[in-house]
Amino acid sequence: MSFLTISHLKKSFGATTVVHDFNLDIEKGEFVSFLGPSGCGKTTVLRMVAGFETPTSGKISIGGQDVVNLKPNQRNIGMVFQAYALFPNMTVAQNVAFGLKVAKKPQAEIDATVQEMLSLIKLDHLGDRYPYQLSGGQQQRVALARALATKPQVLLLDEPLSALDAKIRVSLREEIRAIQRKLGITTIFVTHDQEEALSISDRIVVMYEGKAEQVGAPFEIYNQPSSRFVASFVGTLNTFDATVRDAAAGIIAIDGKDVMIGQKITNHKTGDKISLAVRPEAVSLGEATDKRETTLDGKINSVHFLGSVIRIRASLGENIVSFDTFNNPSAPPPSPGENVKVSLAAKDMLLLGQ
Amino acid sequence: MKTNRFWSWIALAFGILYFVVPLIGTLEFSLRMRRGVYSLDAYWVILSDPRFQATFGYSIVMALVTIVVGIVLVVPTAYWVRLRLPSWRPFLEFITLLPLVIPAIVVVFGYIRLYNTSSFLPLTGSAMGTNILLVFGYTMLALPYMYRAVDTGLGAIDIRTMTEAAESLGASRIKIMWSVILPNVLVAVLSGAFLTFAIVIGEFTMAALLNRPAFGPFLQLIGANRAYEPAALAVISFAITWVCMGLIQVVTRLNKSLAATKR
Ligand SMILES: Nc1ncnc2c1ncn2[C@@H]1O[C@H](COP(=O)(O)OP(=O)(O)O)[C@@H](O)[C@H]1O
Ligand SMILES: [Mg+2]
Repeated sequence: MSFLTISHLKKSFGATTVVHDFNLDIEKGEFVSFLGPSGCGKTTVLRMVAGFETPTSGKISIGGQDVVNLKPNQRNIGMVFQAYALFPNMTVAQNVAFGLKVAKKPQAEIDATVQEMLSLIKLDHLGDRYPYQLSGGQQQRVALARALATKPQVLLLDEPLSALDAKIRVSLREEIRAIQRKLGITTIFVTHDQEEALSISDRIVVMYEGKAEQVGAPFEIYNQPSSRFVASFVGTLNTFDATVRDAAAGIIAIDGKDVMIGQKITNHKTGDKISLAVRPEAVSLGEATDKRETTLDGKINSVHFLGSVIRIRASLGENIVSFDTFNNPSAPPPSPGENVKVSLAAKDMLLLGQ
Repeated sequence: MKTNRFWSWIALAFGILYFVVPLIGTLEFSLRMRRGVYSLDAYWVILSDPRFQATFGYSIVMALVTIVVGIVLVVPTAYWVRLRLPSWRPFLEFITLLPLVIPAIVVVFGYIRLYNTSSFLPLTGSAMGTNILLVFGYTMLALPYMYRAVDTGLGAIDIRTMTEAAESLGASRIKIMWSVILPNVLVAVLSGAFLTFAIVIGEFTMAALLNRPAFGPFLQLIGANRAYEPAALAVISFAITWVCMGLIQVVTRLNKSLAATKR
């Protein structure tokens, strides 16, 4: 029996259904991310778990207890918002103490917990400051401490890093993950940033148009996307148009050249047009190697120097691929318009359903 | 540009003259009670008049009660409408503006008809009942100002997320109102309160027709029967109003400088 169970959850606003038959089991202490484009229903699911929205149908249970009919203030759930939502009239310490005061804990316990929380977020020295005297990153850490102070059963974070600078975003996400591990708190983290989700989650739920498209560990989601949407949303994906040459032998033609993809093509016949996808890391510049056995002729479209990596876009006939190469001080990158050889690992190509 | 400035100054000068000349005239006149020299005699007469003390005290108490009733009525209503019924806001705004278009005399006659001694709720039958009625009347008169001030204050903070944050921390509605919402709109509430105070202190129609010993009717009584004292009273009531307006400025400034440090 998992700790947090969401089953057949549905939510409609008037005539539009924004969450369809959403199912998810989360284990105690697990860190699960909801990943999906803006408007796909991530916040709505989270708000139903928190109790701010009532499901149209479906069940949510936490620790074996059905919570759908509980008010938000009865659920013992910690919530962190994108906009921090600290109480401006209270100091940092008073903000963190709020939930404990509401729960009528003895003052000594409140003081001790506030101290503990402030050192957890490494802001011991700022307890007397007001929220407006803190940076965005500090405010969000206080919001996290405030949510954790009451020892909630579940922690929900709705795009907590979206309002922050890129640098702070990375360091704070590591910090959130470290704190989550330390406390072993069951956590749902909402984001539209695939890198964020991939880097800190135990499992990712990729959402699309109100449905869970795929649930799995980051490695699995990235390497074995179950649908075209997941494949294109998670990571940069190159898609190819190709023709099936021999379905049983797994041979296709890309731009007139036969390529063995090393798997049987089951749902298409010889002669069909199909789409394939390939991750940038399966593509590289230059002649074929052991790892990338197929060579194609290409022409450079653009070269973006990003520092340690260089992002190249090249056209292979009708198809366009984008891939990265590492910066090499002794070999300058090709320039746009140049004809090059591009090699790829055909075995790593994904057949996409239409 | 230059001519623009010029006309602005002319307009300003005209405005100042328009407001200040009668005031100076009144002030000057109020000081002439003693023949031949300027003196504060008229003020002493007023301030030592027991009726002044009684009516002024009465009106202050009424103003304070009105402020409390106004806050209790307006803050939760404006909050709830913003939070849960945003589509009702225009309707509520319209309702709160009605006191500006319905003359107080119409309202008070309505009250007297509805709540007279032979009605279902004979409020006018006792002094206390009439006081209550008067407070409700005042609350209504102050509604446009109180509602606007509070609603603007609520608009300046993210009440929705703040409410949800407090809710997820276990707080009840009342706790949220009291510890989260009210402290954050206090400045707005205070400006509404000072305006209410200024309105109630000088109000005549309702108090007179409900026959309550308020400051407004006293002003009128003195005005009708004396020469110098009404001028002194007028100056005093101006001063009270100005103090209220000044206090609004002070709290708004304080809040602005606080908000500026928030950036
Ligand atoms: N209170 C609401 N009333 C009507 N539509 C809503 C409401 N809340 C969200 N929606 C709609 O539901 C969809 C999903 O929204 P949301 O869960 O906020 O998406 P996400 O968090 O993934 O960006 C959006 O199309 C949004 O317009
Ligand atoms: Mg969202």
